Amino acid sequence: MVKVTMTVNGRTASGEVEGRTLLSGFLREELGLTGTHVGCDTSQCGACVVHVDGKAVKSCTMLAAEADGAEIATIEGQAAPDGTLNVIQQAFQDHHGLQCGFCTPGMVMSAAALLKDNPKPSEQEIREYLEGNLCRCTGYHNIVKAIMAASGQDVSAVAAE
Amino acid sequence: MAVAKPLPHDAARLHVTGQARYVDDIPSPRDTLHLAFGLSTVAHADITALDLDAVRQSDGVVAVLTADDLPFDNDVSPSAHDEPLLANGSVHHIGQPVFLVVATSHRAARVAARKGQISYAERPALLTLEDALAADSRFEDGPRIYTKGDADSAITSAAHVVEDTFDLGGQEHFYLEGQAAMAQPQEDGGMLVNSSTQHPTEIQHKVAEAIGLPMHAVRVETRRMGGGFGGKESQGNALAVACAIAARATGRTCKMRYDRDDDMTITGKRHAFRISYRAGFDAEGRIQGVEFTHLVDCGWAQDLSLPVADRAMLHSDNAYLIPAIRIESHRLKTNRQSATAYRGFGGPQGMVGIERVMDHAAHKLGLDPVELRQRNYYAPMQSATAPAGAPHDSFVPAPDAAGDLASRGAPAAPADVTTPAADVQTTPYHMPVEDFILHELTAELLDTSDYATRKADIATWNAGNDRFKRGIAFSPVKFGISFTLTHLNQAGALVHVYQDGSVHLNHGGTEMGQGLFQKVAQVAASRFGISLEKVKITATDTAKVPNTSATAASSGSDLNGMAVKAACDTIRDRMAAYLAERYQQPVSAVRFEGDRVIIGSEELSFEAAAMECYTGRISLSSTGYYKTPKLEWDRIQGKGRPFFYFAYGAAITEVVVDRLTGENRILRADVLHDAGASLNPALDIGQVEGAYVQGAGWLTTEELVWDQTGNLRTHAPSTYKIPACSDRPDVFNVALWNGENREDSIYRSKAVGEPPFMLGISAWLALSDAVGAYGGSYPALNAPATSEEIWRAVRRIAPEA
Repeated sequence: MVKVTMTVNGRTASGEVEGRTLLSGFLREELGLTGTHVGCDTSQCGACVVHVDGKAVKSCTMLAAEADGAEIATIEGQAAPDGTLNVIQQAFQDHHGLQCGFCTPGMVMSAAALLKDNPKPSEQEIREYLEGNLCRCTGYHNIVKAIMAASGQDVSAVAAE
Repeated sequence: MAVAKPLPHDAARLHVTGQARYVDDIPSPRDTLHLAFGLSTVAHADITALDLDAVRQSDGVVAVLTADDLPFDNDVSPSAHDEPLLANGSVHHIGQPVFLVVATSHRAARVAARKGQISYAERPALLTLEDALAADSRFEDGPRIYTKGDADSAITSAAHVVEDTFDLGGQEHFYLEGQAAMAQPQEDGGMLVNSSTQHPTEIQHKVAEAIGLPMHAVRVETRRMGGGFGGKESQGNALAVACAIAARATGRTCKMRYDRDDDMTITGKRHAFRISYRAGFDAEGRIQGVEFTHLVDCGWAQDLSLPVADRAMLHSDNAYLIPAIRIESHRLKTNRQSATAYRGFGGPQGMVGIERVMDHAAHKLGLDPVELRQRNYYAPMQSATAPAGAPHDSFVPAPDAAGDLASRGAPAAPADVTTPAADVQTTPYHMPVEDFILHELTAELLDTSDYATRKADIATWNAGNDRFKRGIAFSPVKFGISFTLTHLNQAGALVHVYQDGSVHLNHGGTEMGQGLFQKVAQVAASRFGISLEKVKITATDTAKVPNTSATAASSGSDLNGMAVKAACDTIRDRMAAYLAERYQQPVSAVRFEGDRVIIGSEELSFEAAAMECYTGRISLSSTGYYKTPKLEWDRIQGKGRPFFYFAYGAAITEVVVDRLTGENRILRADVLHDAGASLNPALDIGQVEGAYVQGAGWLTTEELVWDQTGNLRTHAPSTYKIPACSDRPDVFNVALWNGENREDSIYRSKAVGEPPFMLGISAWLALSDAVGAYGGSYPALNAPATSEEIWRAVRRIAPEA
């Protein structure tokens, strides 16, 4: 067992974990942050994306021990303390960028990482960036639209309704 | 009124903040146990020895169970009692559960499950449709055959005949949330089960059987699924039953979720088909007759295969009036995963069959494929409103109940079937087509998508390009709405109005992302004339609404919306009668609107009205019930009216293909879809978009590959390719048809879950069109048309390419 300490959504969190414990497992099982979903267990679907020191990481592909000392941001920390949604969350809600919702936390976290590096991505850039985030319900159209809207761009250009 | 507004999904806020709970997110006691199955590693064998010592000694293992340890029924089948929870002496596919490990963590259970030593005496495995057919390995006594007219002579005397056989692959559901269940023992031996299921009543039924209790002792709750698509209609039974048995044995909460590899290895998928056709056309391209043979890969257990294969037959006409038809359907038993429900439930396979015939005929006759299709359409709707019909009550359940009456695998009783008048256009199963709107819908789509100009431009472009070719194709959808097992077309609801005017809503439908809860809440809000915030949506719960049907067959809103409407109207009528008397007004003067109750010249807030009714001792709680009218269906004869109405749609897809690699892209898709008078256009458009992409995925990139031992090699997203964000069409125009349901459905809306899935057929046909541009003969694509299949097809028709 190893002791890990990290900052999660601005608060210090620590725990004793096995060396093999994945960051996704630590967040879900030790910290109860179940908004980070595990969809494929093999680092492909992207439902478990969180930010580690500001970068998007699939948390099922990183050991909790590797995150020792890191700043972690998860979906639970994205809204303001008073519950106000951030601009990406609001856009996913307003533009129907979700159905079953299982991929949504990963999508929102990936979108946040994209917009940090590229505040006005083109539709093409969004599509390429989201290659690692699978969604089985929406056909992606409204997800792309939501991210365009969140970046302050005109969504009427994103094909039609 | 809340109905018809494009409101966001009811749980959108919970989803974007990570607060929405799926089964694996529900807090559970610290001592919760976790389960994993030990799986068969051979496709067909007798088990000669089972050495589980190493499993028992593995870290964290609390118990290991085999078939011999099960206290009651060892069965998780939704139909023919042919699917043991744990293998009973023999195994029938790679991935079949053989033993159950109960351990202190998910990982400990999975690690231990791999330590089992299973000795086998292998038996020949049936891994292809040919093998199964040769061995006469099938469900039912022989093929089902539906006929109308004399197809053989119609084809033989026709001017043109097209004939071929092609393969149509299955499909993995790939719901993002894998199968999951949790069971918590209750104080009196009862069981509370949380299950990611489309069918809580079925889970309740199977759990009750497995732990030897009446259904009243088992309560199943389902708040939401992370996607279902049919994959959670029966496939969740095993996990819920395993959890309940383990919880009963240990007295502790037990939880099980399949890892993705296990999920794909264990659970059933869409049925793969091989379709043979022979069809005759006159010189103008009018179909004279067609014969289809469906070879259906049902896998090892019956599950829902019979109604799936039936529905494929029932969609072998799609949108076309076929004077003479014969459909022969073989439901073959193979040593693969037991194929199950998947969005469309066989309908897509049947429809691909006739669309392939139309495509082939257009190529052979040199006609525009759209024009040929239009010439074969059913006659347009004559009157926009259907006469009311009484529910058909002839059904009497078979007394032996050999199957499972709660599921689509149940046996159907023969029905008295009304014969339509001779001048009425009928389907191959003799049902009148009275609501056909594809003439108008097609014309509008051709116009808005600029089809004719683009088709000409593509021909010009192709003439100047050797390596890349573009293709464009149209396909229509006519999809029958109702469970074909007539007795399942019923639903219940439970509505309470509290004394503060807030409303608690419950019904038998389950939420899997489709927005059912929101649409039904909109119905409730509209009935009471209140804002949606006053309506509380609650988890599906077998203790609140009993004897529900699966949320399946696209029926969720139709059935549950009507049941909720009935419950709300009962309460509303009671309130109106009381308030009318109290304020000395006629009942007809009471109106519910704008969060107020208007009683002639008086006006109360809804809250105040609720409080007055409560103090006046008026019951503010009611159940509601609905059964779909007009249905009468005999599946053995293939005659009757299995469907209340049809939902329509059409799509035009444009693609580009690279002959050197077979790689391809969808450049543009235009869709016009009929959701009747939509309950929520935003949610419905979302369904259409997602369904199109999923349908196109089925027919293009999603290939299931089993090796020669029967091992599924595509058991993870690394090898099984569902559409990703960059695969969706570059231009994607989706609109809803402006119309109302001719039948008296909930606010004249139409079901929308499955029908648009089949719009994806246009992508497959567009690939066929593009490949056809490389040479003269018909491309005869199999499905899925992967890059490899396209590469092969190009070489078939243009060997020098």
